[in-house]
Amino acid sequence: MRKRAAELRRMIGGERDGAGLGARLVALLALPLLMVGCAEDYPQSTISPHTDFAEIIHSLYVSIFWWTMLILAVVWVLLAWVLVKYRRKSEDEEPKQIRGHLGLEIGWTVGPALIVIAIAIPTIQAVFATQRPVSDDAMLVEVTGHQFWWEFHYPEQGVTTANELWLPVDRPVSLRLESSDVIHSFWVPKLGGKRDVNPVPAVREGQDPKYNWLYFTPLETGVYMGQCAEFCGQSHALMAKRVIVASEDEFEDWVDRWFASEGAAPQEAPSEEEVELQMAGDVEEEEAVDQQVPRDEDPMVAMGRDAFLNSTCIACHAVEGTSAQGIIAPNLTLFGTRRTLAAGIMENNQENLVRWIKDPQGIKAQVAMPGTEYEGGNWPATGLSDEEVEAIAAYLLSLK
Amino acid sequence: MSSVGTEAPVTEATSHEEETGLWSWITTVDHKRIAIMYFVTATFFFFVGGVKALAIRVQLMFPEQTLITPEVYNQFFTMHGTTMIFLVAMPMAVAFFNYVVPLQIGARDVAFPRLNALSYWVFLFGGLYLNSSFLFGAAPHASWVGYATLTMPEFSPGQNTNFWLIGLSILGIASIAGGVNFITTIINMRAPGMKLMRMPLFTWMTFVTSFLLITAIPVIGVALIYLGFDRIFGTVFFQPTGGGDPVLWQHLFWLFGHPEVYILILPAFGVISDVIPTFSKKPLFGYPIVVYAGLLIGFIGWGVWSHHMFTVGLGPIADSFFVAATMIIAIPTGVKIFNWIATMWGGSLKFTTAMLFAVGLVAVFTVGGLSGIMHASAPVNLQQHDSYFIVAHFHYVIVGGAMMGLWAGLYYWFPKVRGRFLDETLGKWHFWTTMIGFNLTFFPMHFAGIFGMPRRIYTYSADLNVDIYNQLSTIGAFIFAISAVIMVWNLVKSWRSGEKASANPWGAPHLEWSMPSPPHHYNFPGIPQVQSREPLWNKGERESILAVTMEEPESEPVMPNPSYWPILLAASITLVWALVMTGIWWVIVLGFLPVLFCIFKWGMEPAFPEGH
Repeated sequence: MRKRAAELRRMIGGERDGAGLGARLVALLALPLLMVGCAEDYPQSTISPHTDFAEIIHSLYVSIFWWTMLILAVVWVLLAWVLVKYRRKSEDEEPKQIRGHLGLEIGWTVGPALIVIAIAIPTIQAVFATQRPVSDDAMLVEVTGHQFWWEFHYPEQGVTTANELWLPVDRPVSLRLESSDVIHSFWVPKLGGKRDVNPVPAVREGQDPKYNWLYFTPLETGVYMGQCAEFCGQSHALMAKRVIVASEDEFEDWVDRWFASEGAAPQEAPSEEEVELQMAGDVEEEEAVDQQVPRDEDPMVAMGRDAFLNSTCIACHAVEGTSAQGIIAPNLTLFGTRRTLAAGIMENNQENLVRWIKDPQGIKAQVAMPGTEYEGGNWPATGLSDEEVEAIAAYLLSLK
Repeated sequence: MSSVGTEAPVTEATSHEEETGLWSWITTVDHKRIAIMYFVTATFFFFVGGVKALAIRVQLMFPEQTLITPEVYNQFFTMHGTTMIFLVAMPMAVAFFNYVVPLQIGARDVAFPRLNALSYWVFLFGGLYLNSSFLFGAAPHASWVGYATLTMPEFSPGQNTNFWLIGLSILGIASIAGGVNFITTIINMRAPGMKLMRMPLFTWMTFVTSFLLITAIPVIGVALIYLGFDRIFGTVFFQPTGGGDPVLWQHLFWLFGHPEVYILILPAFGVISDVIPTFSKKPLFGYPIVVYAGLLIGFIGWGVWSHHMFTVGLGPIADSFFVAATMIIAIPTGVKIFNWIATMWGGSLKFTTAMLFAVGLVAVFTVGGLSGIMHASAPVNLQQHDSYFIVAHFHYVIVGGAMMGLWAGLYYWFPKVRGRFLDETLGKWHFWTTMIGFNLTFFPMHFAGIFGMPRRIYTYSADLNVDIYNQLSTIGAFIFAISAVIMVWNLVKSWRSGEKASANPWGAPHLEWSMPSPPHHYNFPGIPQVQSREPLWNKGERESILAVTMEEPESEPVMPNPSYWPILLAASITLVWALVMTGIWWVIVLGFLPVLFCIFKWGMEPAFPEGH
């Protein structure tokens, strides 16, 4: 994949040297723009590519940037020259009445035309190169945008998580994008361009629904920041996300822990029997699952688990291996491993989490989650006491 | 010129023959008075939209601020955009169409004077209706592009979006009527000898813009009616759950929205194509090329709308087509820039305020044009779309292009309107504060966008590290606001006591400078014969023209009657649209009665005094 990006970059001339004094001068002026973009200070920089997709875009951007700087330099230098040279020195001046010049007109039509062709050809090549699956063994992730959070479902692994997308490095991924309400846009600038997350129109039987896709291969491990890029309502500004690009081992470990998070599920994917048992909703089984508690556990965590599983929280939220199997709000499995809270808007710690559970709408307008004292998203107030909230937060943070 | 009504201008040349006072302004069908009303109203809305911009800039000056709530912020940026485009940039251009075009082509008024008055009143009432939403706490909040499904009732309950869609529908009536009027006027009412290829560039660009108006506005009209049906009567044009497609809205909106960009920019191109030759003492370089470039932009402008939609997922073939079309439209725009520079080349440049704004346009619009080339490249667009980079881009185009051009026109034609110059010292302050404030506001936004700041967010994370760019923008916005205050101060001061101006104070070449300043209410005592593109620059031609245009006529030409039916019809049109908000069919049907009554009375009213 790196090779393909590098080839394309060469093809579109992103690595050309600027020539001529004018170009160098412009280069000097533009240097801060190009250099600071590489620094880690800008977690959402669009000019710091970390995937093949982002690299293709970036090299295209760099080449177009220089073309436009060239044109700007020509226009500004000509304009400055004219303004200085031909300013009126006396009111009696009678300049020569020139009405036009065919050669010049052809020149400044053909010149720009050649430049736009030079931009359009690699552009169209990149359009096609970036809009097809990277390879057959790409990992599929189904992304669903909600007001105002992100849901990530991995069909291959059977994992459904929220707001923090884990990806293995160097493995191609295909993101299938769909919205459950209004249009959102999936944008993690260092991993490439954005793609709108549309509600998919209902289709007749036999027709394929039309999804949007993003294809790329992460090239470096790290944590990448992104946020919704299509205005989606009151808390559009608070719909961020993180992408964690991990080594293959770390990624697999994360998937394993996913199913082992509450110590109940097997280390490997659940066997069919177990799945059936769980799906049958056998009460004894559920209780058995819930009661499997490590002996040396913090009593606060135990109390929190109890409060959580007996609250209305579980109508919407799920924790793998427990009776909490709600599907309309973020899945909270391995919650304690998440870096951020409430769709990437604040650090995930006890204090913030308590604040969030008590008063989500005070933090994020129009969020579909009830507070302890008010309703939200058609759900009644949770009515949890301060003590219960503290305990639930401790419990959720213990899910690692 | 704070208030048109109470300060009707008593002008030396015409006071004996023209009525003054509030009633004469309400019933006027004179294109020059309508132009002044358009300008004053658009300037008023410029401040209304500007205050919202300042509130936005204060909120964004520091990360994670909570000065205004997300809902209010969303209302502010939605109404900032809607106001600046539909209530400022468009009507301000129409003000110039109104004042200048009949004078430039040798006509005594537009083809349909009462329809012209109707356009103004519909615009005024539509603008007031739209802004009245703030009084109900229900201002539009789904952005100026109003993407479905955010505008569907389940995501935008209440009247907010209804105010928006109805307000824009009302304003569309004004635009279409105006477009029809100017096309008819320009085709039919040119002075003898004024062939199409002798028309001044401003008239040419008015002509092209008018065609864009009558073709593009109906497209958004259709979209708004679909939207209204979805919201008020429960249809599913844009409802995915019912098999509708929200992307259809985007196609319809941008099929209007892109020609709209040229509706905004072409008048400004027209203005500076008249201003630059005048202050260079040289005819426009490559006149036919500049005309054809304008026509070409008008045509190709219809084939580029999906470059606003590269992130939507239309597929590589559609993306490639719109990349190519967008690249092509850059060429005629570039050609215009080079022709303006060539016009100045070898000329004798006089830097009046009008010329400064015209040159300023060439300098800063180019920046907006070139950033446009960057995101015309679809893959690059995927990084820049809906980021502050785009916000920077289109402000460079609309403020640095359209508004700069119109301000050039203001300083250029004001002496004709009032018979007095705008103060040149204040004018230079206006220009330089505009240049500094504008660039300081919008240039840093390129960086904010490049570093990943999305647009339409009421706050941003401190982690993004874009504070400094936002702070510069906020400081710039206040300097820019000062420039607007200087402009109004200059207008008020110069209207009352500006230096007197002669009939042709700039030594300009076109017909609008052939009669006294300000013009008679009938414009031309006799209709001149035109023989060239710059009639007042050719000695023999000038003398024969001035012989008929500067004479006191033996008997005054007969002008159309004043009429109060335009304002009444405009009011009843606004009313019937407002009644749509009730969603009750018989109320809406009843609302049509006053409309029909006004149309009937209008039809029965004699347009000219008896006996003519």
